[in-house]
Amino acid sequence: MSDRIPGFSTLAIHAGAQPDPSTGARVTPIYQTTSFVFDDVDHAASLFGLQAFGNIYTRITNPTTAVLEERVAALEGGTAALATASGHSAQLLTFHAMMTPGDNIVAGNKLYGGSINQLNHSFKSFGWEVQWADATDPASFDALINDKTRAIFIESLANPGGVVTDIAAISEIARKHNIPLVVDNTMATPYLCRPIEHGADIVLHSLTKFMGGHGNSMGGVLVDGGTYDWSSTENYPMLSKPRPEYSGMVLHETFGNFAFAIACRVLGLRDLGPAISPMNSFMLLTGIETLPLRMQRHCDNAQKVAEFLQGHDKVAWVSYAGLPGDPNHERQQKYMPKGGGAVFTFGVKGGYEAGVAVVTNCQILSHLANIGDTRSLIIHPASTTHKQLTEEQRGAAGATSDVVRLSIGLEDAEDIIADLEQALAAIDG
Amino acid sequence: MTHDSYSDAFIRDVLDTTKTIAMVGASANTVRPSYFVLKYMLSKGYRVFPINPGQAGKEILGQTVYGSLADVPEPIDMVDIFRNSEAALGVTQEAMTLKPLPKVIWMQLSVRNDEAARLAEEAGIKVVMDRCPKIEYGRLSGEIGWTGVNSRMLSSKRPNLKAGFQHRGLGGKPSDN
Repeated sequence: MSDRIPGFSTLAIHAGAQPDPSTGARVTPIYQTTSFVFDDVDHAASLFGLQAFGNIYTRITNPTTAVLEERVAALEGGTAALATASGHSAQLLTFHAMMTPGDNIVAGNKLYGGSINQLNHSFKSFGWEVQWADATDPASFDALINDKTRAIFIESLANPGGVVTDIAAISEIARKHNIPLVVDNTMATPYLCRPIEHGADIVLHSLTKFMGGHGNSMGGVLVDGGTYDWSSTENYPMLSKPRPEYSGMVLHETFGNFAFAIACRVLGLRDLGPAISPMNSFMLLTGIETLPLRMQRHCDNAQKVAEFLQGHDKVAWVSYAGLPGDPNHERQQKYMPKGGGAVFTFGVKGGYEAGVAVVTNCQILSHLANIGDTRSLIIHPASTTHKQLTEEQRGAAGATSDVVRLSIGLEDAEDIIADLEQALAAIDG
Repeated sequence: MTHDSYSDAFIRDVLDTTKTIAMVGASANTVRPSYFVLKYMLSKGYRVFPINPGQAGKEILGQTVYGSLADVPEPIDMVDIFRNSEAALGVTQEAMTLKPLPKVIWMQLSVRNDEAARLAEEAGIKVVMDRCPKIEYGRLSGEIGWTGVNSRMLSSKRPNLKAGFQHRGLGGKPSDN
């Protein structure tokens, strides 16, 4: 067997999945079981002591979910991955493995509104602080880092502002301070951008979005880049210190360049519990098999819709990185040359009321709070996803009152455009 | 040969042809990496001789511990080095006094000594550095994927099952399937 490196589409279909050894089933079966029989007591002891590979209980590992994990790790070019019940829980487990009370995260301000809530409010109760940097200005991260900073957190392609983050420049700052760089790659997917190649140490996804791609299953994942040396400082005791949970085992020493994913599994997932359902893992795996085809079509459709909106007289502005002249276009060409993604915003003339009207008038585009579906989706962030934020935070996140967000689906582009055309035509004035 | 990377075929051949392993630096501490590797390789059917002067005459996982490589009463196919990079040279020189010569010198993750590798290869001994045989076996068998680790292996063939429900052998070769 040669050591040929397979292409992205081949990995999207095959990575992690072999035929089922007991039945020959070619598609990965749904192992809808809570628990797994031990061969004998010694085997059980080996599994509980992390001395053998294998399954104990679906809250920790599951064979269907394991295929999903290895698949995403391969697509991102990471050493290992851990799937969770949602993107939010992947974030929780990631920071749980890095943070102790009083530590802080320096995060880009162009994040998904739900992530801003999680960092600003939920994490505060753990004693984890957040400092907000300007996602478009790498130097602003440098200025906020202090001796309690344990992670830098950004999105590769920010939702909803369409900002393409300069991952390599922020990675340099992270390296300078010896802090791991965590990148949420939900909007780009590894088809468009592989953050580890640009210096990310950990990559996160909401698999609910483009990875699964069909709007039918929740899921999240964290990918270990295998790049950060957890033993190089005293700051990450879950990785570098003897763990009482495992009789004094040191996880980084034991598991090397995939120790972070192991720590999130055996200390985070095991004890906090946000396990993904095997059924959802199966649905997401099926979606991922067509990721390259879908993502290209998403981008091609989005480009056509953005160009249409740019020429429309009721549209004040369009923020899509795929448009020449967009402030993010140059970075898009560097980081995600195959396309600018499928989620973008535009400003409708007439502000808040006009934004609500466009959303209400659509007949094919669905008014709902998700992205990355086969269906085209539309939402007015100021009245929905970003409603809990202050006006200042909305502005920083690119969600002011005239903003309409689109997630362009896989329909015929002409039909998406026609629906938006009639929705805009029906606005008063 | 360059030791920056190894082909899967090379590693598979090493693990396939090895029957006996002398593990230099084997620990009796059940949470040390060497204990993990010793236990795993025993479970895969290898005979493993722990080498540790401080534990000589005692047993680890039922295996008699020897004080030095020369004390092992049987031919050694592979010398697995759980010592630092500097110490790997002395261990390699010691291994090269054995009769018959071992077939493989294996240095664990983070252990690399190019001088030792050169000497061993000149004597016809295969060398693997900065790798773990447990991880490599887990990767080539597919077991490591059960923990979400990227095995970097693709196969449309049946995995090679061993005893029990959760126990695989080296897979991937057409003859195994």
